[in-house]
Amino acid sequence: MIKKGEWVLIRKTILEPHERAPQVPDDTKKVPLIMWVKGRLQADAQIGDIVEIITQTGRVEQGALLEANPTYRHSFGEFIPELLVIGDQVREILFGGDAK
Amino acid sequence: MSLANDYASVMARKGEIMKKSVGIDYGEFESGSIAFDYKKMMQETSYTLEEMQKIQLDAHVGNTPIIELRNLTALARKCAKPGFGARIFIKDEAANPSGSFKARRAANAVYHAKKLGFKGVLTATSGNYGAAVASQAAMAGLKCIVVQECYDSKGVGQPEIIEKARKCEALGAEVVQLSVGPELFYKFLLLLEETGYFNASLYTPFGIAGVETLGYETSIQFREKYGKDPDAIICTNAGGGNLTGTARGLEKAGATSTVIGASVNLSGLHMASDTQFNKKSFTTGHTGFGIPFSTWPDRSDVPRSAARPLRYMDRYVTVTQGCVFYITETLASLEGLEKGPAGNTSLAAAFSIAQEMPDDRFLLVQETEYTGAGKHIQPQLSFARENGIKLFFGDPKDEIPGENLVLPSHPSLIKATDVDLNRLRKSLIKAALNSVSAPPTPEDIRFLAEETRTDESFVRAAIEELEA
Ligand SMILES: Cc1ncc(COP(=O)(O)O)c(C=O)c1O
Repeated sequence: MIKKGEWVLIRKTILEPHERAPQVPDDTKKVPLIMWVKGRLQADAQIGDIVEIITQTGRVEQGALLEANPTYRHSFGEFIPELLVIGDQVREILFGGDAK
Repeated sequence: MSLANDYASVMARKGEIMKKSVGIDYGEFESGSIAFDYKKMMQETSYTLEEMQKIQLDAHVGNTPIIELRNLTALARKCAKPGFGARIFIKDEAANPSGSFKARRAANAVYHAKKLGFKGVLTATSGNYGAAVASQAAMAGLKCIVVQECYDSKGVGQPEIIEKARKCEALGAEVVQLSVGPELFYKFLLLLEETGYFNASLYTPFGIAGVETLGYETSIQFREKYGKDPDAIICTNAGGGNLTGTARGLEKAGATSTVIGASVNLSGLHMASDTQFNKKSFTTGHTGFGIPFSTWPDRSDVPRSAARPLRYMDRYVTVTQGCVFYITETLASLEGLEKGPAGNTSLAAAFSIAQEMPDDRFLLVQETEYTGAGKHIQPQLSFARENGIKLFFGDPKDEIPGENLVLPSHPSLIKATDVDLNRLRKSLIKAALNSVSAPPTPEDIRFLAEETRTDESFVRAAIEELEA
């Protein structure tokens, strides 16, 4: 259970596929327009429940509860060995053999 | 009585929502047909250069250093004919509070919002501008909401946009994230109505004029240090504000430097496609914005965009994604500088264009941006691999956006490819003619000549060609 007052992430459908704008490409028209927003949970709830939150600017939003204390998981990704090749190549061209 | 909130009803209220939230009555500048008074709009609704310098100084924005890239220049000269290879410089806009030149636009917009008595600012952007508005709003004590297009329908987010959300939140903003689609604008309008906040659009006169300080400052700095203006300036181009503002600032300084736009080539990828959204490795500075916004600037989120790049562009080039990655790694390896993606787009172009210029010429890349988790080339390349994009060394000519990323097997293969400006100009004229039902007036013809940086005979010939 997630307690009232915790910082959470919710998800809400803004437009169903049939409500989407006319100019949208076909693949996009097949899926809903979804919103994600964070705020403080207004009542105790379980993940998946439809909940109310108050956002950082004091707005009320409703949606399905996804995560408490939502965490940033972006990173520097997996190592890309090709980048080493580039660095070595330009140093070699500019400074010659020993500068690696 | 509550208003209807379905898509069509909200879009129908666009005009009044805009007027209230931007504080500009765009109708004042309209002629009733194609033409509108761009000069008057920029003069009457914006700030003078001096006022902007003061606003930005107070907000710790601007006066960024210019750095000469001696090793990169030397590498370009290794690839050029004898006597060629202009000196390459960058203006380190990453030194601005939010890590990019966008702080200049945001400083003005937030100052203006505060002056008009708004309690908060709202902006629709997945890019650096969100962080810039959040940063300026934090300083000004205003509330801030940033609306981002961030995820595909499966909830997979572009790493760079997720990083931007983090930065906005770190600076105290509320971030509203949406899946792919142009209806972001619909949610944006609803939020403007709900909050009554100022629309800190990227495309208002104060926003665009905010970049004039960049062009002006560049010219002054070059004259002080080197006794002359740079011979050419390259601007990474998306919505056109970067180039428009810089060129206007150069003009105010009396500089006659050649102004070149550069975008990453993403041709073939549809910007509103859910399935193609995560197939691209760049979130801005690419042709997916650069081409449509130059040929029809008024597609933006205000009735008349102040960013009108075809008015100021002497030349427009594209570079491949793989070339920008290569040059980004080179910048770190040879110059000891790690910088973010969009700024390096014009740097990749500069590496090629410098080789066309004699070695006593000065070529300036007018910005850098911050880098870090999500934005760095490593997470971008890693994300591309996860999305099935093939990465290999070869000839950048073989790059197909959305399918592969070709890292040049030698730096001499990095080439800026010219975009046919006359084709873009004709496309703008066509869009303008299609926007009205009556035939163009003489005033419209003059206006289109200014819009396309041509003359009336060019416009007339283009119209005849269209009618034929
Ligand atoms: C760092 C950076 N450079 C260049 C651009 C392009 O600017 P504009 O959209 O004004 O053409 C952007 C924004 O999109 C940016 O964030």
